[in-house]
Amino acid sequence: MKRDSNAYTFIFAAIMVLVVASALAIAATSLQPMQNENVRKEKMQNILMTIGIEVDREGAEEKFNEYIVEQIALTSEGEVDESVDAFKVDLAKELKKPVDQQRFPLYVAEVDSEKYYIIPLRGAGLWDAIWGYISLKDDINTIKGAVFDHKGETPGLGAEITQSWFEERFAEEKIMNDNGEFAGVSVVKGYSGGNAKDDNAVDAISGATITGDGVTDMISDRLRYYLPYLQKQNVEVALK
Amino acid sequence: MADNKTKKEKSPVVLFVAEEKEPLLSKKNRKLLSDPLDDNNPITVQVLGICSALAITVQLKPAVVMAIAVMAVMAFANVIVSLIRNLIPNRIRIIVQLVVVAALVILVDQVLKAFAYDVSKELSVFVGLIITNCIVMGRLEAFALGNGVWKSFLDGIGNAAGYGLILIIVAFFRELLGSGKLYGYEVLGHKGVTLAESTGLYALGYENNGLMLLSPAALLVVGVLIWVQRSRNRKLIEKN
Repeated sequence: MKRDSNAYTFIFAAIMVLVVASALAIAATSLQPMQNENVRKEKMQNILMTIGIEVDREGAEEKFNEYIVEQIALTSEGEVDESVDAFKVDLAKELKKPVDQQRFPLYVAEVDSEKYYIIPLRGAGLWDAIWGYISLKDDINTIKGAVFDHKGETPGLGAEITQSWFEERFAEEKIMNDNGEFAGVSVVKGYSGGNAKDDNAVDAISGATITGDGVTDMISDRLRYYLPYLQKQNVEVALK
Repeated sequence: MADNKTKKEKSPVVLFVAEEKEPLLSKKNRKLLSDPLDDNNPITVQVLGICSALAITVQLKPAVVMAIAVMAVMAFANVIVSLIRNLIPNRIRIIVQLVVVAALVILVDQVLKAFAYDVSKELSVFVGLIITNCIVMGRLEAFALGNGVWKSFLDGIGNAAGYGLILIIVAFFRELLGSGKLYGYEVLGHKGVTLAESTGLYALGYENNGLMLLSPAALLVVGVLIWVQRSRNRKLIEKN
């Protein structure tokens, strides 16, 4: 058959597509379990990192089970939904649902008899999704630590939100303003507050304004749904 | 080369043809490796692959990883296309090349996600961007389609090295001048919030050049590189 005939071209294209598609399908399905395992353990690592515990990927599961004492899924009203496994809640899917159908996963950790509440975050950066975890001390006001990650922010600019020097700026910040109202933590351009921890703001990254705004929005949008439940917990603790 | 092609068209099923009886690293083959580093550099002479040279040269680390990834993809793509070059129908050859490159890139991405999760996170979107790198397609079309397997392999490695070299040089200057770091290490000292908290050059009042973090800076650095290269290598200068 001539190499330039239509029939040869069609047959070649068909065989090529078959070979390539099956090779990719085999590779993707056979590697899937390992990839999922990596993602699962990374999630545990990130959750632990917000409360200041750094573990490597292999040891993540063990430490996670040791420190995380409760995993609960909340409704938007702050009620606990027992039917949902909090760790398996996929925020990317939840965010597409109406608020009253969403479930809000919350992790409760205990380290040296200190209690921490770890809240998963998800929002939009400049190019794609950004997400992270933020942990609150049991005064439901002070941030213990934060971890951020992103899908496709620009390296050197927006992608710097994953760096520890940026994440460290959130430690000890307050999420309530002076009047006790929820204010979140804003990433501010031209920040002049130095290391002040009581102004609900941290310094932004040069060249990453939109990613920074994404972080601000993500914190205020997600945290507010947890407050009813967390404050209820806090009152109960105070009454004891 | 043209004669060679028509002769082989009569037996399109032959995959391996013992065409070169020369040593593996003969002078001609060594030139395939060394030419793209200087005389025929993909970025500074052929002006290919500029897009990714702008995007990922803010820091050294992604630039190095990208250089290695491009090298792997180019070497394999060149070898595969060279292997099937006598089978490819002429009219859909660009599509075939694209399928080969895209399949390889997806495969690399999947394998990295399963076995080298941290590297895959480091590269994020850039693995996908390798597909759009003009150098890959350019070398497939210009070289692998008309040359033997070993020569194509060397050509792929050589061109990826030429590309990577420029990438790393540009990233070196951009990271050093833009953020005062090299490979993530603070080589110029630590920049604190106030002058008193700073060390090294920053204590003397030195400031990072924010322009170097933005894409135009890559064009400036590449321009200076081309200038330096041409003043050193006179045969690159156009006659008129």
